Amino acid sequence: MAESSVEQAHVHAPPEGFIRKYVFSLDHKVIGKQYYGLALAAVFTGMFLSWLMRIHLVWPMLKIPGLELLSKAGAPGGIITPEYYLSLMTMHGTLMVFFVLTNAPFAAFGNYFLPIQIGAEDMAFPRFNMMSFWTTFAAWLVLMLAFFIPDGPPISGWTSYAPLSAVGKDAGPGMEYGMSLWGISIALFCIGSLLGALNFIATTLDLRAKGMTLMRMPLCTWAWFITSCIALLAFAVLLPACILLILDRHAGTSFFIPAGLVISDRVQPHAGGSPLLWQHLFWFFGHPEVYIAILPSMGIISHILVNSLRKPLLSHRVVIYSMMSIGFLSYMVWGHHMFLSGMNPTSALAFSFPTLTITIPATVLTLIWLGSLYGARIQINSASLFSLGFISMFVAGGVSGFFLAQPSIDIYLHATYFVVGHFHMVMGVASLFGVFAGTYFWFPKMTGRMMDETLGKLHFWITFVGTYCIFMPFHYLGLVGNVRRYQSFVDDFMAPYIGWHKFITICALITGAGQLIFLYNLIYSRFKGKPAPENPWNATSLEWTIPSPPPWNNFGGKHPVVYHDPYQYGVKGSKGDFVMQDSPEQVIVSGD
Amino acid sequence: MSSTIATPVNSQAGALHQAKRNSAVLAARQADRASRSGVWVGLFAMTMSFAAFSSALFVREGTMDWTHLVLPPVLYLNTLILLASSATLEVARRSMTASSPLASPDSGRARTWVFLTLLLGLAFCVGQLAAWRDLRAQGIYLATNPNSSFFYLLTFIHALHVFAGLAALVCLAGRLTAGHSVLRRTFFENTAIYWHFMAVLWVYLFLLCRMKL
Repeated sequence: MAESSVEQAHVHAPPEGFIRKYVFSLDHKVIGKQYYGLALAAVFTGMFLSWLMRIHLVWPMLKIPGLELLSKAGAPGGIITPEYYLSLMTMHGTLMVFFVLTNAPFAAFGNYFLPIQIGAEDMAFPRFNMMSFWTTFAAWLVLMLAFFIPDGPPISGWTSYAPLSAVGKDAGPGMEYGMSLWGISIALFCIGSLLGALNFIATTLDLRAKGMTLMRMPLCTWAWFITSCIALLAFAVLLPACILLILDRHAGTSFFIPAGLVISDRVQPHAGGSPLLWQHLFWFFGHPEVYIAILPSMGIISHILVNSLRKPLLSHRVVIYSMMSIGFLSYMVWGHHMFLSGMNPTSALAFSFPTLTITIPATVLTLIWLGSLYGARIQINSASLFSLGFISMFVAGGVSGFFLAQPSIDIYLHATYFVVGHFHMVMGVASLFGVFAGTYFWFPKMTGRMMDETLGKLHFWITFVGTYCIFMPFHYLGLVGNVRRYQSFVDDFMAPYIGWHKFITICALITGAGQLIFLYNLIYSRFKGKPAPENPWNATSLEWTIPSPPPWNNFGGKHPVVYHDPYQYGVKGSKGDFVMQDSPEQVIVSGD
Repeated sequence: MSSTIATPVNSQAGALHQAKRNSAVLAARQADRASRSGVWVGLFAMTMSFAAFSSALFVREGTMDWTHLVLPPVLYLNTLILLASSATLEVARRSMTASSPLASPDSGRARTWVFLTLLLGLAFCVGQLAAWRDLRAQGIYLATNPNSSFFYLLTFIHALHVFAGLAALVCLAGRLTAGHSVLRRTFFENTAIYWHFMAVLWVYLFLLCRMKL
């Protein structure tokens, strides 16, 4: 059996030629970097769109030079129309949620480090892996195409609520072809994510090195594994939803469009569909999606924190069980996005209860991080600063979730900036802090060069203070009744609060510009950074046992054997206060 | 797997060769397990997708304009054909796994049954096409009523998945015909699991479209 099996094994031959090495590569590390690059392109586009929106909100008549070139109808003379504001908002949300928050912490870092951390040579299905990236890339191209068609991008928001998303051009500019592109893009994205999730699960279950039991996997590997289980369920539901939406738009079916619907003075030629059905299908995906964004970052910052603390977390297992219960509960709460939808009030209550229950594992996690900080001499660097920043953002953004989980309060706050502030902090910024932390931590391994620490710390402080200045006032604006999704507040009841918006806009411009420091640091360090040793952070997991950057087959054809739990810090080891996972030496706890 | 093959242990080249063999065996076994998990995980995702379609159907069935479709009778025949194909593939699988995992004396028998499965699978697809033509002849199209929308949609998506199964069967038949040693038991079994799932899924979808809840 042995001889015949060799050519069938999952291990692929060393890549040759530019295309195989860097474009259609089967190597999980190249694919991880490709995902990272795509997320980087998407995040700067999304950030630029948010600048345009913020500027328009406080100076609605400002002529933005060059914008007319992008859309003649949307920005005549460089002034953004109300409809185009909604287009920008839709594209900002879609790019950020799908192509940044799903791609960066999960697909990018997961692809790069999950196989290495479990001691595998590659993913279980390298071809699927390559397909999953290129399908996602195609999804991005299709979405971006919406900017360049005469119709423009859709105006329906990233949630694309039916029936307006299902009826076509009567629903406004961008809703004829732009909306179709959105649907196709998201369907493609679902396929890419499903392939990715399948790969992650099979790899984690079956390709672990000898001695790498499930409980010996590092916390970020656990987070990626749990996330892939969530993603498998979530995207498997969004895909059918997108198919139904596309059929409603182009094949004359009526899944989401009710009878007698009049839009733009025209009776829509559909009958009997249920707009609520879209919301149910969408949020059955949409809420777990929030955890797809945040769980990998939780894992990443746990992995980094324990390294900077130089001692284990209070409990390895409880962190894993908490992340599991968050993953499980994420499927029982989707209705809390629909308290205002006219859903039965009893079911609102039924969704409110598990929503509040999620705060228990979330609090347990927070307490473990904070409790582990107690008495530790934390090593401050860019990676650990962003990890601490993550905890801060997670708590600050999460606390408002207590309010929103209750239908009676949510009905008042739901359509206001309170919700915008809430999810930007807890889902957007917190998750991105995990990505930043991961970048500063793993950059040496990925490129063989260190990032600049001074610039990294500067980047942290600008981002940390900046995001608080942007998103905290959102909460107060929401409480005074500032509705969301409106394009301007200058001459209505919100006029007294325009000063707040000005402050937020200025902070957003500064914080956004601060991200250019990160971009500069990334590019400069890639080529001119200090060469990185194999294990610059004296870390214990398997990715630090191999050269930086790793060879194409990770372990040079060897099969690592694992002897220890992932975080043997604060012990007496031959190399210092840590023992690496693949070191056969005995662990002697120091200080006891 | 401990090494049972006799090699000169004292010679360095022999030991290296042995180590390479062992690691190749290990990698191959891991790949086998991973592909098995992959199939099950994939089937789970499909189940989830069809559950989403089903729940959409249940919601839609509760609305006023639902008209229940009388399904083309050819579908009963199709169901039998697909179930039969599942049985023939099982016969093929058993004749392979009864003896050695590699090319065994029974591989000729297995090949015959795999070809039969392939034929039945194609017959099922033709039968589905006939059902569509039947409906079209009655003037029932995708957008005619909600039930027909779901019927065309579900049969179409099921057919897409069946095509993937047919591709795997073609691959399997090809390897059996070539008779070379790369045929792996896991590939055979994975194909069988997937194909049985297609049959079970079809029975479910057929009942879903047929019954008025």
